[in-house]
Amino acid sequence: MSSGSVEQFQQSLSRLDAASTVVSPDELEATIADLADPPAIGAELPFDDLSLAETPVTLGPSPAQLRDAVTGVTGSRMGIASLGTVAVESREEGDEFVALYPERHVVVIKASDLRSDLADAFGWIRGEFEADRQSFILATGPSSTGDMGALVQGVHGPEQVHIVIVRDNE
Amino acid sequence: MSESEQLDADRIRTLLESEGDEIKENTRLFNAERYDAVEAVGEAEHEDNRSRAREIKEDAIERLPELVDRTREAVEANGGTVYVADDAADANRYISEVADDADADSVVKSKSMTTEEIDLNEALEADGLDVWETDLGEFVVQIAEEAPSHIVGPSLHKSREEITELFEREFDPDESLDSAEKLTAFAREYLGGRIDDAEVGVTGANFVMADSGSIALVTNEGNARKCASIPDTHVAVAGIEKIIPSVAELEPFAELISRSATGQEIPQYLSLLTPPVDTPAIDFDSEDEPGFGNSDADREFHLVLLDNGRREMREDDDLRETLYCIRCGACANSCANFQSVGGHAFGGETYTGGIATGWEAGIEGNDVAEEFNDLCTGCSRCVNACPVKIDIPWINTVVRDRINRGKDPGFDDMLVDGLMPDEEESGTPLRKRFFGNFETAAKIGSATAPLSNAVASTGLARKAMESVLGVDARRDLPEFERTTLRDWAEGRESPVEAPERRVALYPDVYTNYVQTERGKAAVRVLEALGCEVVVPDVGGSGRAPLSQGMIATAERKAEDVAESVLPYVEDGYDVVVVEPSDLAMFRREYEKLLPAEEHERIDQGSYEILEYVFGLLENGASADALPGGDGDGVAYHSHCQQRTLGLESYTETVLERLGYDVLTSDVECCGMAGSFGYKSEYYDLSMDVGATLADQFEAVADERTVVASGTSCMEQLDSLLSPGTRHPVELLDPAGR
Ligand code: SF4
Repeated sequence: MSSGSVEQFQQSLSRLDAASTVVSPDELEATIADLADPPAIGAELPFDDLSLAETPVTLGPSPAQLRDAVTGVTGSRMGIASLGTVAVESREEGDEFVALYPERHVVVIKASDLRSDLADAFGWIRGEFEADRQSFILATGPSSTGDMGALVQGVHGPEQVHIVIVRDNE
Repeated sequence: MSESEQLDADRIRTLLESEGDEIKENTRLFNAERYDAVEAVGEAEHEDNRSRAREIKEDAIERLPELVDRTREAVEANGGTVYVADDAADANRYISEVADDADADSVVKSKSMTTEEIDLNEALEADGLDVWETDLGEFVVQIAEEAPSHIVGPSLHKSREEITELFEREFDPDESLDSAEKLTAFAREYLGGRIDDAEVGVTGANFVMADSGSIALVTNEGNARKCASIPDTHVAVAGIEKIIPSVAELEPFAELISRSATGQEIPQYLSLLTPPVDTPAIDFDSEDEPGFGNSDADREFHLVLLDNGRREMREDDDLRETLYCIRCGACANSCANFQSVGGHAFGGETYTGGIATGWEAGIEGNDVAEEFNDLCTGCSRCVNACPVKIDIPWINTVVRDRINRGKDPGFDDMLVDGLMPDEEESGTPLRKRFFGNFETAAKIGSATAPLSNAVASTGLARKAMESVLGVDARRDLPEFERTTLRDWAEGRESPVEAPERRVALYPDVYTNYVQTERGKAAVRVLEALGCEVVVPDVGGSGRAPLSQGMIATAERKAEDVAESVLPYVEDGYDVVVVEPSDLAMFRREYEKLLPAEEHERIDQGSYEILEYVFGLLENGASADALPGGDGDGVAYHSHCQQRTLGLESYTETVLERLGYDVLTSDVECCGMAGSFGYKSEYYDLSMDVGATLADQFEAVADERTVVASGTSCMEQLDSLLSPGTRHPVELLDPAGR
């Protein structure tokens, strides 16, 4: 399975009007603190070595916090370089809500988890399905609609998307 | 549909005026974006995806009963429920019960044509529930109390200004909602609260995956995700035909669906959900309790698989393909008539556009399909647009045939049966039989020309034709030639002594009786390029009756053509066809009308005239034998069916090689498409469609020669622009210059 390049992923994101930042693992907490316009909520990251615990985001928010949050931070275990897509997993941590309610969605993804294209991504998805992890949303850029007479971003989902790509430890 | 809504000239005019502009702009934008997106991914890869998608659908519909069982097992193993509903009432009753069990006061929905099909909103509202559409387009038509006008963009017939007016009247907001941003923000806020409050969320399912019991949802707004995950109870409603075996088969559809619908590479949100999902339930009553309110509610999931006629469609050899449809709307966007009037004319109770006839005939009945079926001119532009390669024009023809046959034979029939040499059962409307038997009219008209032409053009005759046959008096009628092409050719000595190739030039009805000049030009061009040419004695291809849904007659014509033409093919002749719609018969429709082996031989052995000239030039014939273009300008309009067959570029290339500067039209269709443009109720629509082509050519018509490959395109162009239109082969005619 070929892996996608960070450069291509970032190019795709800029086409989608989505921001991106590349950081080393050490820089992650400071970067999240920077990007998380308060009030911010989060779903704990699906990685052993990275966590939101030390960042100014509220994990497992209350309904009121969910509704008031400006920023939502989630992790993603798969991104598609050619499309700028990230996978949001349906987990007990509530990623789905954290990714949908706030107007800004910050996504943490590892550079090594990038796939090159949709075909490559489907290889990964098939593997996940076999391992009984079977609910993902492939999210590409901010939510949008043309139904009101012009293209508008931020409908039922986020208006801004910011992807934080974590470089791998050498 | 009530009497007043019947599709007549007035209703079409009204829709052209009230909705035409928005529909045009939006469908053409989608269509243009689709072309760009296909080009970006590459024609070859796109074709590959289409072939795979088609195979998967064919296989899945074939194995449907087994896949339904597997879906049920998987969903139940996950903790959900599957209900297979026989019809709308059955589905609605079940969903009402689910809402009742959930103690629901309100239901939120994300866009789903299947729930439109069963009128779920009305059923739930009758039970006292509040029902809210959360897709913004659906929300607009819900507030406006209208039906969706497009499968993908339910409200694309409405302008921003109209939506502003509607929302301000309906909601009386504090500040004016005079921009798309403000409207969107208002709707987000309004619907956001309703989603949080609803006990039940209803979604459709673009695909159902049997092995895992998953559903795939395609949206851009994010509302389907909210409807599926915020209320504790999720009901997904899908036609049984949406099932594919597993997530592995989803891939080509994920590639195709948005590209075909809106020209996007991938939708904003492609959700693969295997409910009940792990996302926690939210308890909004415990506002300040962490962990989303720490709800102890269980998530509930119900998958409602709707039959409503689909199992019968599966048994129906002609309607079956409809079940492969993935509801992308590309057929509608590529349809010139749809681009003008939209789904409020070109659609039934639920579905709109080219494939709507198949759906409405299957789920509602032929009478619903009849209301708009005649808006399909059979131009076939949708054929290549469809991501699953459904032969949409054929479905429209078959349903037209069934509608004809279902008619009560009236007094008309007794009069006409003896005169019309067709194979149709009594009941087929007189005017359809007239157009379908055009060949007979042409024969008589030619034999009695010029008297027939003189008589036909009198005011009295035109009035009679309009009232009896509905032939619009504003249209010029074809003028018949006394000497047919065949008569002319018969008296000729071939000037070619040692022919390189031998050609049987097919004398289609128009070329033989009306446009004989283009036929003569074709003969001389072929001879100049070293071919021996004969014009065989063979009748019409069956295109005319087929257009009227007279399949039995078309079949007999096809058999006659095969009988006359195949011996030539056997003898090493190439069959060359001037009229693209007849070539399309040979290549496409004869597959349905003739034994496979005969179709194959005709298909392989026949060529469009400029395709053939191109081939001759490529194989050593000298272009010097033909008059050159000297840099002159040509405005070229190809023909719908010719383009579908991928033959447009041969004419361009040949003209360019001869030194012409070629400008090719890029509109989907000229709007005439044979008999369609003659029918009085469609006259305005036909001219509206033609206006786009006229716009493109008007500016250049003075300095460029206008040429068109198809007869009806020529007729339409002649009525749109003043200088006469010619067939491209006439520019190549050695005797013509
Ligand atoms: S028939 Fe084909 S093009 Fe039309 S909506 Fe269905 S899948 Fe799309």
